[in-house]
Amino acid sequence: MRALQIIRSGFVMNLKMLGTSSFFLVTSTVQPVIFATIAFYMFRSGGQAGTLLYASLGAGMMGVWSTTLFASGGMVQWQRWQGTLELGAAAPPPLALVYLPFSLANSFTGMYALAATIVWGRLVFGVPLHFAHPWLFVLSLPVTVVGLGLMGLVLASTFVLYRYANALSNLLEYPVWIASGLIFSTSLLPVWTRPISWALPPYWGVHAIRNAALGGPVWGPLGMVVVLSAASLAISAFTFRWFEHAARARATLSLT
Amino acid sequence: MKRWFSIFFVGGVIAYRGLFNWIRPAMYIPTMLGSPLFQLIFFTKLGQYAHAESRNFYIVGNSVQVCAMSSVYGMTMAVANERWFGTLGPLLASPANRAAVFLGRGVPVLANGLLVSAFTFGIGVVLLGFRPPLHAVPALALVVVVTAASCTAFGMLLGSIGLRAKDFWFAANTAYFLMLLFCGVNIPLADLPGWMSFIGRCLPLTHGIEAARRVSAGGSLGSVGGLVGAELLVAACYALAAFALFRVLERESRRSAMLDAY
Repeated sequence: MRALQIIRSGFVMNLKMLGTSSFFLVTSTVQPVIFATIAFYMFRSGGQAGTLLYASLGAGMMGVWSTTLFASGGMVQWQRWQGTLELGAAAPPPLALVYLPFSLANSFTGMYALAATIVWGRLVFGVPLHFAHPWLFVLSLPVTVVGLGLMGLVLASTFVLYRYANALSNLLEYPVWIASGLIFSTSLLPVWTRPISWALPPYWGVHAIRNAALGGPVWGPLGMVVVLSAASLAISAFTFRWFEHAARARATLSLT
Repeated sequence: MKRWFSIFFVGGVIAYRGLFNWIRPAMYIPTMLGSPLFQLIFFTKLGQYAHAESRNFYIVGNSVQVCAMSSVYGMTMAVANERWFGTLGPLLASPANRAAVFLGRGVPVLANGLLVSAFTFGIGVVLLGFRPPLHAVPALALVVVVTAASCTAFGMLLGSIGLRAKDFWFAANTAYFLMLLFCGVNIPLADLPGWMSFIGRCLPLTHGIEAARRVSAGGSLGSVGGLVGAELLVAACYALAAFALFRVLERESRRSAMLDAY
């Protein structure tokens, strides 16, 4: 019961904090719209106008990942700068539970990206919004977003130990877009990258969302998102504990 | 004059070392080298998937464009961080020549932009099979220098905004991503609506990227003289506008006692 209370209050508080940040306004709405526009023109130029919804969903998911990534890195770093990271670490609940609602709120904010690119695509490029399985689309969206949030939680745990968290955030944006095949097929990548793609929740999430929208199997990819999300949660519980202990032992928790 | 150059060069380097947040290898390598590398791969693969343009189109476009990462963010930090770190007051209280103080900050940023572009071109050669004719390399290098200078001037303008704006990262991020859309980096200007290509032509990068594409396809430097000249003109306009804005905002900040306030 107390855990649910922590999740609820942390979720609401972080949503409010993100809602006042112009940086996240750019990351979660303006940036995805720019990338969606680039993708629309590129697909159009290649004579593949029928794939505009594909591009729209992909660009939206890119925005969800960017928001999750920068917010997950940022939440630890900002708390470090504000001197509140130690308070979270000293509080009785496990650190993973303290940051779980933050991470979920981050990815939830990322959903603005998907909404923005779909609306933008519809209004400006006339992208037809005919979903093959509308209800499965509605289901696969939050499942995928939660999956990304939990993946962000794993990353956030490393940021407890790593002082240059924003460097990792800057680095990991494009690689996950590429390896997850958010906007182009991973078949263009070398074969050795396949296992990396399979281990990423957004790879299965975008498959589920895309298949729900354009047609294709949804339950299989969605099941994989759930499995990988559970794995992410388990890993983050372990890594948070480990990295928190290491940071305390080295007295680096609050070093900026 | 000697003092002017001293402030220009030495001051510029000191400011860069003190204010550029990403100077440590742990930050620099992932941000300034890792991110451009993956940006290049991303857009090249996206172009391949969309059957839009040739591979070289994306390699040249993105390899030139990534110099804007140093220019836009570097210059924003070089000016706006003075305020953030609380050193703007002492700096502006000094009698140092403002043009030397301001323009000198652009030199290390420009050098860094060239390094990032060169690295990304190198990745294009090693990983993506980019093979420009050898005789085109000096001309390509010159075009990149001019384009990086133009981007640095644009970064100066954004940095000046940081003297007063509360959230200068908002402007820097928006500008950087809009350059990807408007400057013909991944979409030929001919494919964009007229108003977008017009804005693109008023921005840095656009003429430089077009010149770089022609040169890397075997064109001579003389054949892209007009484009290089246009890029230089854009650079001069932004540098002048940036310096004028810097002086106006400096005066306004003093007048309204808002120098270090947020």
